[in-house]
Amino acid sequence: MANGLSGQAAIVGIGATEFSKNSGRSEMQLAVECVTQALADAGIDPSEVDGISTFTMDNNPEIEVFREIGGKELKMFSRVHYGGGAACATVQQAAMAVASGVCEVVVCYRAMNERSEYRFGSGMQNTPAESDYETTHYGWYIPHGLVTPASWVAMSAQRYLYDTGATTEDFGRIAVAARQFAATNPNAWFYEKPITLEDHQNSRWIAEPLRLLDCCQESDGGVAIVVTSAERAKKLNKEPVIIKGAAQGACDDPQMMTAYYRKDISRLSEVNLVAKQLYKQAGMTPDNIDAAVIYDHFTPFVMTQLEEFGFADKGKAKDFIRSGQIEMGGRLPINMHGGQLGEAYVHGMNGISEAVRQVRGEAVNQVDKVENMLVSAGTGVPTSGLILGKG
Amino acid sequence: MSDQNNNSENKELEALMAETIGVKIGPHKSWDPVNQPMIRHWAEAMDDKNPRYTDPEFAAGTEEGSIIAPPTMLQAWTMRGASWKHAPGTKERAADQPYVLDILDDHGYIGVVAVNCDQEYFRNLVPGDDISHYMEIEGISEQKQTGLGVGYFVTELWTFVDQNDEKVGEMRFRLLKFCPPKEAPKAASKPAVESDDKPKKALRPRPGMNKDTRFFWEGLKEGKLLIQRCTSCQTLRHPPTPMCPSCRSLERDAVEASGKGVIHSYVNMHHPDLPAFDASPNPVALVELEEGTRLVAGLIGIEPEDVRIGLPVQAEITQCDDELALALFRPVSEK
Ligand SMILES: [Zn+2]
Repeated sequence: MANGLSGQAAIVGIGATEFSKNSGRSEMQLAVECVTQALADAGIDPSEVDGISTFTMDNNPEIEVFREIGGKELKMFSRVHYGGGAACATVQQAAMAVASGVCEVVVCYRAMNERSEYRFGSGMQNTPAESDYETTHYGWYIPHGLVTPASWVAMSAQRYLYDTGATTEDFGRIAVAARQFAATNPNAWFYEKPITLEDHQNSRWIAEPLRLLDCCQESDGGVAIVVTSAERAKKLNKEPVIIKGAAQGACDDPQMMTAYYRKDISRLSEVNLVAKQLYKQAGMTPDNIDAAVIYDHFTPFVMTQLEEFGFADKGKAKDFIRSGQIEMGGRLPINMHGGQLGEAYVHGMNGISEAVRQVRGEAVNQVDKVENMLVSAGTGVPTSGLILGKG
Repeated sequence: MSDQNNNSENKELEALMAETIGVKIGPHKSWDPVNQPMIRHWAEAMDDKNPRYTDPEFAAGTEEGSIIAPPTMLQAWTMRGASWKHAPGTKERAADQPYVLDILDDHGYIGVVAVNCDQEYFRNLVPGDDISHYMEIEGISEQKQTGLGVGYFVTELWTFVDQNDEKVGEMRFRLLKFCPPKEAPKAASKPAVESDDKPKKALRPRPGMNKDTRFFWEGLKEGKLLIQRCTSCQTLRHPPTPMCPSCRSLERDAVEASGKGVIHSYVNMHHPDLPAFDASPNPVALVELEEGTRLVAGLIGIEPEDVRIGLPVQAEITQCDDELALALFRPVSEK
């Protein structure tokens, strides 16, 4: 057996709050709302939850969520680091806990008022005298004015353009495609608000070569995912969505957002590491993937990911995108919910939900005959990924 | 209005403003006398646990023999209420009385920033004191070129008196009224005014540093750009770390870089537009040094649209403010 994880666990429930710019309630309330909704979707009583996995960046303690939903015995609680890079890894933690028999029902969640209470886009400026590791790390960048995630990604993106001959219009095509899907998704913040390539090119600079429309939204919202064993999944409400691959990756002189010291900074080697593991676990190649959710905090890294996951050769994502392959009817439709550019920015967890809906066949922008979906997580940081599919 | 002096226009404006100096406005009365509930709310909000403010038993043994108001509450007593009205008995400025801030607005000096606020206290206030204040313009600077634009510093003097018309405190509140430059919506273009009146220039974000990295920043203060070196295998590395990833040695020192390098990538930074940075957009590069390591650094002496990958650059150690020295890079003119 290639590994003991593939096919052992399934996603059986998804839940989400509305996505907004001001939820009007606490992050904790968002968390318990989406968690109970996901459990209801699965048809599992909240008292059965015995494992929890979330992000280190989430502000809602596992035990408090557990306590409020009436949990009885919590046997595994884990948090994954590196911002949005944690998204698919929370599901990997859940799958490993279930596959090993440690847990029966694991909930993964992310709930945040990232727009109304604090904004990652406003930048990092204050530092204590004797700093912890990560504050020290950002000290190499913030005195020069690189204070935001957009600015850190822009440095890699500029080199990508130079190395590949892609243009900022290619970034724009990704934004246009995402907003096209969002326009027909009533849950998307940008529902009925498509954009043109011209709109993209006319939007203001944030950190050249990134424009405003290359950057994901800042959102309030919560998303939860319920994982249990593939065996039990057969007896539940919804068609099981089998976890066929689940992987994390960090390699090649990794850094948090600023992997500027590796030889080739226009690649994302950690995404390649995740891809290799996923295909091996699932016994698949890119040919088996029908559609994907590609983490889109910033458009340039969507291009790099398409290359690292094997849908385009190095430097050729531009041709893949220009020929419409990421749109409906193309070789690999991506982000049919509108992505984080169009639906909402919930650190990638809303993308996992979309993949589940696609496999179940209940998405608003449903791709025909989906057998297997690829999902990626935050990039420019140590990352993670999933292959989800029909049983 | 341009930021060039137009002498006759300035003279006219300055004459108008001069008439407003020393004209006392007031009194502005308090809605309530100094009282324990407001003192307690203030002390709680400020998390100030001084028993002289809230503990009558303790306060009985003090000079005043009763609780006192926190001195910094001085301004609170005579404030307008939420209705934006002063208490009855207040004599407001007459509508036709010239007021310096209005005059400056009319002349295009529409920007305003508070510069500083000093309070002086002559006695402690106790419950029952009934406070009023008078306000006058104490001084107006000559025209200044500041980082925000051309403007005037205006000092308001607030005098606080008690029920016996005795002075209990003073406050000097200084504002800069300025004419925002037309094309640049951002703050600070160049290091601003020379006089003591200058508003503090915003500082660059401070770098976090710790025991592993402090030598690098200290080196910059001495004018040196340092690269960490493993003394076991001689490999250079940046950013600095305790362990050498090549041979796992903890032995290390540092060598001084020549400062010669090439732009490996770059960002022209637009948002957020931080006032500490002179250029907007602010060009920042990933520089590959000739020694082989890379570092991120701001660029100087180049327009953002002229930045290119592959451009040769030279480090220029720059003292950005009293505490912070950075290696910035300037393009090397190609022969
Ligand atoms: Zn070594």
